[in-house]
Amino acid sequence: MSIEINKSRCVGCGKCRDVCPGTLIALGSDRRAYIKYPRDCWGCTSCIKECPVYAIRFFLGADMGGTGGRLHTERDGDILRWITEKPDGTVTEIDVDTRESNKY
Amino acid sequence: MKTERIKTDILIIGGGTAGCYAAVTAAEDSDKRILICEKAHIKRSGCLAAGVNALNAYITEGRTPQDYADYCMKDAAGIAREDLLLTMSERLNSVTERLEKEGLVILKDENGRYVTRGNRNIKINGENIKPLLAGMAERLPNVSILNRVNITDLDVTDDRVNGAFGIGIENDTFYIIEAGAVLIATGGAAGLYKPNNPGFSRHKMWYCPFNTGAGYAMGIRHGAEMTTFEMRFIALRCKDTIAPTGTLAQGVGAKQVNSLGEVYEQKYGLTTSERVYGTVAENAAGRGPCFLRTKGITPEQEQSLLKAYLNMAPSQTLHWVESGELPGEYNVEIEGTEPYIVGGHTASGFWVDKDRASTIKGLYAAGDAAGGAPQKYVTGALAEGEIAAESMLRYLGGSSPRSIAEESIASHENEISRFLGSSGNSESPYTTEQLEEAMQTAMDSYAGGIKTNYRFSENSLDIADRRIAQLMTLSDSLRAGDMQELMYIYELRERLTVCRTVTAHLKARHETRWHCFAENSDYPERDDEHWKVFVNSRLVNGKTEIILRRVNAP
Repeated sequence: MSIEINKSRCVGCGKCRDVCPGTLIALGSDRRAYIKYPRDCWGCTSCIKECPVYAIRFFLGADMGGTGGRLHTERDGDILRWITEKPDGTVTEIDVDTRESNKY
Repeated sequence: MKTERIKTDILIIGGGTAGCYAAVTAAEDSDKRILICEKAHIKRSGCLAAGVNALNAYITEGRTPQDYADYCMKDAAGIAREDLLLTMSERLNSVTERLEKEGLVILKDENGRYVTRGNRNIKINGENIKPLLAGMAERLPNVSILNRVNITDLDVTDDRVNGAFGIGIENDTFYIIEAGAVLIATGGAAGLYKPNNPGFSRHKMWYCPFNTGAGYAMGIRHGAEMTTFEMRFIALRCKDTIAPTGTLAQGVGAKQVNSLGEVYEQKYGLTTSERVYGTVAENAAGRGPCFLRTKGITPEQEQSLLKAYLNMAPSQTLHWVESGELPGEYNVEIEGTEPYIVGGHTASGFWVDKDRASTIKGLYAAGDAAGGAPQKYVTGALAEGEIAAESMLRYLGGSSPRSIAEESIASHENEISRFLGSSGNSESPYTTEQLEEAMQTAMDSYAGGIKTNYRFSENSLDIADRRIAQLMTLSDSLRAGDMQELMYIYELRERLTVCRTVTAHLKARHETRWHCFAENSDYPERDDEHWKVFVNSRLVNGKTEIILRRVNAP
């Protein structure tokens, strides 16, 4: 389980590197972010929420039953939109209103 | 490597839940200088990185702090400190109200009352709880924050703390921090045992994998008294994603069922350890795998669950969505995690008094680092941060920061230089990662890991202890290429130090009081006559000395 960062989309702002609670992301000599320690990702998705250009995707490792889906978030005012793209192209969106509590 | 020398009134090691709240309390109540040293970045560091979807410790209407303390005492089978539980419980609601004022979303009914989940929980949207806490600390002018500074050791003379040493991960700096009082808020220890997913997803664990037992290890090394390290915490979690199960059990009332569909939880008991034990026992009897029975929940419930998990453990929602095995149609498989040492859930940690003062003068502990008070969860950690901050202010009075002796500075600088390979010593054939895996394998096999269904014996513990001692010696010759690798060497050594204390404690308690948490094959029964005592320890001249203390002793 880890993340992948789309180099062509990354703008090198460093926000993902700064927020990572494991200090696992670095900026390369090309000023693009990369995950330096992919096996050490906890899956907290903090970096994904920080990225201003939505360049980061979260996936589950095959060893824990991952099937190639990629998850990221986009902000729309008070809505945090969680977008899953499956390998077959299916996209699922779940909107979480940040002003609303969980029901459970 | 640069050197920076800092003086502060209060040093807080770890900017997580307890650390941030302690900083806020101390800064608002005084004009003292407060410094938080955080090895990552306080915005999302510690246990709350992904968020949390309920506050599990709250005194609901009609209940009292005594009720909460009674519940914790019962769940711990009597091995907990009532004085600590009560002083914590009295503050659970006020810290909750403070967080709500700061912007935490809490579910309310039409009369404006918090909606409860069971007797002790309230429902929230806690996705942003850590940025919120971090923001509170960042706004205060007398709080300084050093992000990406990893504290590696305390300076203690004559049982009094003078400050700490640290390394700047990104700025190649050796820090000498002289302080009047020091708070250990480093969290507990993960990564001691081989995890559920030992391969690529090794960090997909329940407890924060970046909490490496730093605070415990620093205390142990300097002879602080520690308590109840034998009461390991093993969580019952969703298989593979190791996501929390309380939302399913309490939120939609899902029962634990075996592969035959039989509800088995009543058979083994409902305390935290019994829920894990029942699952282990059903698997051992060939009736596994085990599940939480979610099949048949309504589509609305299912949608709410998908959202609830996004606010604390997004990997579970991703798993549901990408596999198409949604909880309304498929029961959720469960398993026990590897053991953690975590004082916010069980009673392991520093032996503290009601002020959260440790046995070293000027050194305090709060949250997962502090022992004796299990079931703290988020609000309990905040409450302890608040208590510790108030106590540190009383302790400081008008006094100024203490001084660290030059020879102590030189010896710490030399150690760092040695690990960075600048002194020309021979290098190890091993990497830090290899020694970490060796430690996890040894603990898994011989100190009651997943491999043995959490069982151990005196003989197996002896093997574990010998292996861990060897690994500590081997770690002396590790070399780091940069400051981050240097941090990894220190983290490994912290974990090894904690492992030795864990094995000593497991060996000392001649009974099985908590199934799975301390499943002693030599003594499989509970023995109230002899063992209703705390197992405490102190490191004296390199040896762990066990101290037994009566429960409820003054």
